[in-house]
Amino acid sequence: MSWAHVGTVILAAFLASLVEFVEALTIVLAVGTTRGWRSALIGAGAGALFLTVLTLAVGPALQRIPLASLQLVVGVLLLLFGMRWLRKAILRAGGVIGLHDEAAIYAKQTAALARHSGGTPPLRARLDRVSLATSFKAVTLEGLEVIFIVIATGAGGLLAPAAVGAALAGSLVILAGLGLRRPVARVPENTLKFAVGVLLSAFGVFWVGEGLRFPWPGEDLALLGLIAGFTVIALLAVAAVRRSAAHASPVHVRRHL
Amino acid sequence: MNAVATALRDLWGLFVEDASLTLGILVCLVIAAFAFPALGLRDAWRGPGLFVLLAVILLENVRRTSRRSG
Repeated sequence: MSWAHVGTVILAAFLASLVEFVEALTIVLAVGTTRGWRSALIGAGAGALFLTVLTLAVGPALQRIPLASLQLVVGVLLLLFGMRWLRKAILRAGGVIGLHDEAAIYAKQTAALARHSGGTPPLRARLDRVSLATSFKAVTLEGLEVIFIVIATGAGGLLAPAAVGAALAGSLVILAGLGLRRPVARVPENTLKFAVGVLLSAFGVFWVGEGLRFPWPGEDLALLGLIAGFTVIALLAVAAVRRSAAHASPVHVRRHL
Repeated sequence: MNAVATALRDLWGLFVEDASLTLGILVCLVIAAFAFPALGLRDAWRGPGLFVLLAVILLENVRRTSRRSG
């Protein structure tokens, strides 16, 4: 196992988890600001606890699955997940669909929660079911994605480096959340998703190949080749989408990447 | 029950957004697993071959989506 491979695993897990943690933080911040911090934090904590129990329950079972089967299954899921991200990032970069805007999502979520409370002041003294459920759902869903990312990127016996990458991302986002008390809007999310889509797609192809026992030229170094290949393909796709959008509506094409 | 259905829908959405892209990826994987060996493609070319198939699927999907929205 080369350092290039370990470094790529840490980077992929860090970047992919960063996006998920930012999305969870946006919702928890919206809930906390609108309806009070107690229920929002209890909901988020319950979500984190649920994920911990799930990981402890499922983690040991993963070790009993033969490595080639695990690599194949994880590779397929990773390809579906990564290419979905990459497709969306390409379409966003090409101006075909709108950018993901954490500030706008925060504002929308805050308005929806304020409407739900019927204009009354936020509940601070007792537990608020809406806050609990919203925070719990956000942390659980985004956290499930983080767990999947860690398992997927660390599928070749590199779970520890992948977990380190995710933990670093989580710590960074939590610190930013504590400091800012508002959404981390400055994260260039589409650029991150573009990079993560490339990394996850490359890992997906690599693990599927390993699972099917294809001998990769250069072994682990083939991963770097796949990353370069997907980057080139994705950049070509962005250029093609921009060109076609410019033909359709020359005035409205904006550069998003 | 409603919460479970929502959770399952969200989980499904993690992997499937555009059905044609998902189907295309799965077809590529089936080709790589069964057609490559049957066609006698050399071992060392099977991984790169899979990458090329997936790249074509991605480019075609993005081109089609962009045309549809334009």
